[in-house]
Amino acid sequence: MSTTEIVDMITVVIDGFEVSVPKGTLIIRAAEQLGIQIPRFCDHPLLDPVGACRQCLVDIEINGHAFAKPQASCTIPVEPGMIVKTQLTSVVADKAQKGVMELLLINHPLDCPVCDKGGECPLQNQAMSNGQGQTRFEGTKRTFEKPVNISSQVLLDRERCILCARCTRFSDQIASDPFITLNERGALQQVGIYEKVPFKSYFSGNSVQICPVGALTGASYRFRARPFDLVSTPSACEHCASGCDMRTDVRRGKTLRRLAGDDPTVNEEWNCDKGRWAFKYITAIDRLTHPLVRNDAGVLVEASWPEALAAAAKGLKENTSAVLVGGRATYEDAYGYSKFARVALGTNDIDFRSRLSSDEEREFLAAHVVGSSTTYRDIDRADHVLLVGFEPEEESPIVFLRLNKQFRKRALKVTAVASKLSIGVDKLKGEFVKVAPGQEAAAIAKAALTSQSIILVGERASESAGALTAIAALADSTGAKIAWIPRRAGERGALEAGAIGNLLPGGRPVADAAARVDIAALWGTSTLPSSNGRSSDEIIAAVHSGDIAALLVGGVDPLDGNNSAAALAALERAFVVCLEIAPSEVTMRANVVLPVAAITEKSGSFLNWEGRARSFDAAVDESLNRSDLRILSMIAQEMGAALNLGTVRAAAKEIASLGPWDGARVSMKAVSAAKAPALKADQFILNSWRRLLDLGTLQKGEENLAGTARQTIAVISPSRAQVMGVTDGDLLKISTAQGSVTLAALVEDIHDDAVWAPRNSRGSQLLVNLGVGHGAVVTVVKL
Amino acid sequence: MAYSNEDLATMDSIIKRYPRSRSAIMPLLHFVQSRVGFVNGEGIELIAKLLTLEAAEVSAVATFYTQYKRSPVGEYHVGVCTNTLCAVMGGDAIFAGLKEHLGLENDGVTADGKVSLEHIECNAACDYAPVVMANWEFYDNQTVQSAKDLVDSMQSGNPKPPTRGANTLVTWKEASAVLAGINDGKAHEGVQAGGPTLLGLKISKEGK
Amino acid sequence: MRQLVPVLSAHWDEKDSFTIEAYTRHGGYKAAQKALAMDPDAVIQLVKDSGLRGRGGAGFPTGMKWGFIPQGDNKAHYLVVNADESEPGTCKDMPLLMANPHVLIEGCIIACHAIRAKYAFIYIRGEVTHIVRRVNQAIEDAYKAGHLGNGVEIVLHVGAGAYICGEETALLDSLEGFRGQPRLRPPFPAIAGLYAMPTVVNNVESIASVPAIILNGAQWYQSMGTEKSKGTTLYSLSGHVKNPGQFEAPLGITLRELLELAGGIRDGHRLKFWTPGGSSTPIFTDAHLDIPLDYEGVAAAGSMLGTKALQIFDETTSIVRAVLRWTEFYKHESCGKCTPCREGTWWLVQILRDLDAGVGTEEDLNKLLDICDNIAGRSFCALADGAVAPIISSLQYFRQEYLDQLANKGPLFDPMDSTLFASSKAGA
Ligand SMILES: Cc1cc2nc3c(=O)[nH]c(=O)nc-3n(C[C@H](O)[C@H](O)[C@H](O)COP(=O)(O)O)c2cc1C
Ligand code: SF4
Ligand code: FES
Repeated sequence: MSTTEIVDMITVVIDGFEVSVPKGTLIIRAAEQLGIQIPRFCDHPLLDPVGACRQCLVDIEINGHAFAKPQASCTIPVEPGMIVKTQLTSVVADKAQKGVMELLLINHPLDCPVCDKGGECPLQNQAMSNGQGQTRFEGTKRTFEKPVNISSQVLLDRERCILCARCTRFSDQIASDPFITLNERGALQQVGIYEKVPFKSYFSGNSVQICPVGALTGASYRFRARPFDLVSTPSACEHCASGCDMRTDVRRGKTLRRLAGDDPTVNEEWNCDKGRWAFKYITAIDRLTHPLVRNDAGVLVEASWPEALAAAAKGLKENTSAVLVGGRATYEDAYGYSKFARVALGTNDIDFRSRLSSDEEREFLAAHVVGSSTTYRDIDRADHVLLVGFEPEEESPIVFLRLNKQFRKRALKVTAVASKLSIGVDKLKGEFVKVAPGQEAAAIAKAALTSQSIILVGERASESAGALTAIAALADSTGAKIAWIPRRAGERGALEAGAIGNLLPGGRPVADAAARVDIAALWGTSTLPSSNGRSSDEIIAAVHSGDIAALLVGGVDPLDGNNSAAALAALERAFVVCLEIAPSEVTMRANVVLPVAAITEKSGSFLNWEGRARSFDAAVDESLNRSDLRILSMIAQEMGAALNLGTVRAAAKEIASLGPWDGARVSMKAVSAAKAPALKADQFILNSWRRLLDLGTLQKGEENLAGTARQTIAVISPSRAQVMGVTDGDLLKISTAQGSVTLAALVEDIHDDAVWAPRNSRGSQLLVNLGVGHGAVVTVVKL
Repeated sequence: MAYSNEDLATMDSIIKRYPRSRSAIMPLLHFVQSRVGFVNGEGIELIAKLLTLEAAEVSAVATFYTQYKRSPVGEYHVGVCTNTLCAVMGGDAIFAGLKEHLGLENDGVTADGKVSLEHIECNAACDYAPVVMANWEFYDNQTVQSAKDLVDSMQSGNPKPPTRGANTLVTWKEASAVLAGINDGKAHEGVQAGGPTLLGLKISKEGK
Repeated sequence: MRQLVPVLSAHWDEKDSFTIEAYTRHGGYKAAQKALAMDPDAVIQLVKDSGLRGRGGAGFPTGMKWGFIPQGDNKAHYLVVNADESEPGTCKDMPLLMANPHVLIEGCIIACHAIRAKYAFIYIRGEVTHIVRRVNQAIEDAYKAGHLGNGVEIVLHVGAGAYICGEETALLDSLEGFRGQPRLRPPFPAIAGLYAMPTVVNNVESIASVPAIILNGAQWYQSMGTEKSKGTTLYSLSGHVKNPGQFEAPLGITLRELLELAGGIRDGHRLKFWTPGGSSTPIFTDAHLDIPLDYEGVAAAGSMLGTKALQIFDETTSIVRAVLRWTEFYKHESCGKCTPCREGTWWLVQILRDLDAGVGTEEDLNKLLDICDNIAGRSFCALADGAVAPIISSLQYFRQEYLDQLANKGPLFDPMDSTLFASSKAGA
């Protein structure tokens, strides 16, 4: 709470104790301040009060005037002069609560021993603490056919449901996904879906988490464990840059489930289904267990650690080397790569952007993003949010939830400069500024923002020449804040760590002598390379031109880039040292492969899009795997360079000792937009992004989750569809010189020049299949 | 079943009655019943599309109300009031008699699709108890025999007219259209009031 | 003074009473003309002065309700007429609308003027095809005649079978296209009602009473009725009376007087119990014949005037069976939102079915009462309070009959004896 906000405090008496709380506080929460727990079911602090379960009844008196009946404490805000008596001091409230509890239990099955919720069930707990020992019900219980699969991932046991409507209210009020609703009436009322439309919400797991009984369960966890067998560790989500606080539950070294943690400043109490349910990749994939070294015959063979480290050090030392590190590295690991490049390899040739990127972006990041501090709180206060190259629901789901919260609470204005109206922007009732792919810059320039506005920039903005230039100009002229929201969890940290060719750690420009002095002093080196390093595209080109002969590669998928063929060829050509958790396109081509710890096996932190540290401990402590950082230190040592980053803590300490950079920032060279291409009748400009649930590596092994992914389709506009004689469901073939994909058509609101398809979904892996990204001209024919 | 352009235009005019489109769910559901006889998936999906809602939101509403049927009812849907007053005054006997006579259980439909049977709650006609409704038209002061005669007349294709209602009994689908707010031009038909409605007025005119 | 004073019902005996011609013939739409020439606040004041109280059950002063609508707030205001009439025993609004829908339309025009609303919605229960026709036609005719469409629009909204939609906030949710479940209050409809805008919800009879008040003045209306219950109203007698029907009388008439007008209890029988205002109002017995049927009189005797639906049962009727049936009704109509009502009515029905079958012990009667105590005043809306009213009041007056039934291990009454066709046994 900022100091400028003045909050009216109200003092009330609860069970004889005075408590002062901000105006508007509900009685049930005022009581919590005193440590008085009023039993409840339908109440949830982040949902609108409904007062449906009637479990939280208390006696109330205001200025001597007593309510005739007990009142639901979850729906009534405190008022001056209020005296509240809970079950602790009022016989009436106590009887009322016991009576409601008895009524809740008459139709509830006695299946706690086989119910997943057993042991952590609010109904079970409150029945113990606030219920009667004996039931007086001798009649027939309500029964339902059980269970119902409301999606491939969520099951519903209706007879356990106590109809608190938390799940349906969450889906409606928070996610704007009213796929589950209350149906029927009275004693037959039940939660359900419309039979033909499953609960395909990206946020369905939150409904499971907030169900106060075992009525909603996740298919992946159902019947797997009892809560008392689990060891819980606070963790942070590695899937995207939202930065969710999480809890990881492990039994005997194996992660069994993950839950959303409670961080009011970031994810509140929510997360997305990917964060919750995609964790088996660590075990689903074939983990690397031993170092591998390519022998004289050209075959990768197992080697001992000393052998492998020596081979790696030799190859990197004897050649001109560069570093490619993926966007999923932790902040500390990224810092390790950054320091390794400068200290051990003496180069600024390092880039964390193992994806489509541009030089315009690199300057934009250095000029406007590194060290910046736009936050979720700023979204809460913004008057207008502009989205560029960014689909919040698909690419940073918690940002979507926050936008949606503000939209529902105060009709926050959202504008999207995009080619296609997305499901998420539609839910936000956002203004859709429709542009042809590649023509974003002009539309951005026209946006009417103020100094209270925010521009949310996705990593895809780099795919449209001039867009970032236009954003920078817009922010300059209006005072609007910029927030850059990459997809991957590690990118912001890598940027801050200087894992990029134009910046040293802490946003210090490579080209700035004072900045280099800072870092050299910190690292105890005499000199640092002084010219900007190469970008990832340039590094690959340099391998082909022979200027670079060795690569250190960590957590990179070469198929994610602009020109995967060139990337693969470069890996064939160079001496490659690869740090990886599993065999990949890179390890296949590497000379030395060093296995590293997966995320659950190490501690560290990510910086989310806000730049906020999200640290976590190792959830699985039996692992023998070492972090990238530790291995980089060992290679450096072998090379005769001192990294001195043996542990995550050492790295974190070193990073912390580096103050903020207050010198000049890198300035951006203006880039102008490309000219719109002339299109033939069967030509379109490609527009695409990755969906939240797709073929991403970290979703491997999650069939139940994959079942809730959105359908793979190709979207064209109604007018183009009419010309082509296309209706929904017809097959469209999208092709380039490199290849083609064939997808079912969906006719929707999209720019006439554009065709949209998901970038990495089943049947549509565009970077591989077509070899192009956003803005390329493709041919589309109806089959 | 495909909806004709005229149907779609009617549905559009129903939506336009309201300041906010979602309010049209209920009349649209009545309208679907007027076309299909009950609320089917196609109807739910169509309404969802017209109102830009999720189908789940429409079915959540449809399943709340007892007048929306999930499966076909008869051409003449007969409701026998068995709420306390009518039950006591003979509704129970009438309902039992009709079940036996038609060979149906509650919510059953005769094989010929002519008649379906349901026991209903108080229909705001207690001064005419026991009351039977057919396609939501009043049949006042019924006996077991008169009710049997009524359903017989329905099965023979020539249903007796309501006591207080249109001159002839319209079909279930036709009545559903009326409930969707479509004027069938029969408002002037039938009595303006039944005897019990006028009783107080009559007595008062006699000077009391 | 005459016991019956037909005002609302004055012209119902004309064959075409429901047409705009008949209505106009008797001075219809003159009140609207008069009211539209008045300052809206003056209209509200006049209705306040008349002492008119809501006829939907609670008896809330109508003028005061209108006065709660914030003025000059630049928001849309709405009038919503509650024509859901589904309370068991209640049967006044439907015949009123069948015989004279225009009086309601005229009332809406006046009320909209008073509360500065442009839209009125009439929410009518769905199970009344012919009445829907009549109201729909009347609205069309009023548009044609220019009474509507020049500042006031009326939309007829037809329900679909849900008693709870008579509860005003459930009605609003239903009208907005949601499941008809009650809303949290506050905010009250006067502040945030339909579409979250200031809204007045009034019963059909309340609004239909307004034109006569405008024409004849507050004084005239005031002069009828009792100290705090003014004017005339429709009393609906049904059940075991010789001549059931609608009786429009000043508030405060007694059942004894009404029975006399209705020819008394059917021949050879005597009064056993009755409801003063629908099944949700605690029952009375023959000890309550002289209670003035106004809001205060009935309340003082432990019940509520409610909808003035006087359901009369004679000594052939089993109290246990009657109460079971009512309880089954509430179970069927419980909206399902809150625990005590949803689960409680489910349980109460099971217990009452046993008691009706003569199964159980005296202890079960105490249990029944205790469950009622856990439901009443613990639920979200008043439906559940209504649900337990027949149980609690029947145990108050007829506990012994419950016990006798248990001792008898089965019903004490032949249901056939209480039917309309009992004497002839025609139904057998
Ligand atoms: C369960 C329940 C059902 C109700 N049903 C009706 C009804 O059918 N008609 C009605 O006018 N009021 C009904 N009411 C009362 C309304 O909530 C509301 O008080 C009334 O419409 C206000 O109108 P009035 O002030 O003109 O009486 C019901 C209330 C409850 C709790
Ligand atoms: S008391 Fe509760 S369940 Fe019953 S009708 Fe009211 S809100 Fe619905
Ligand atoms: S927690 Fe208060 S009513 Fe449910």
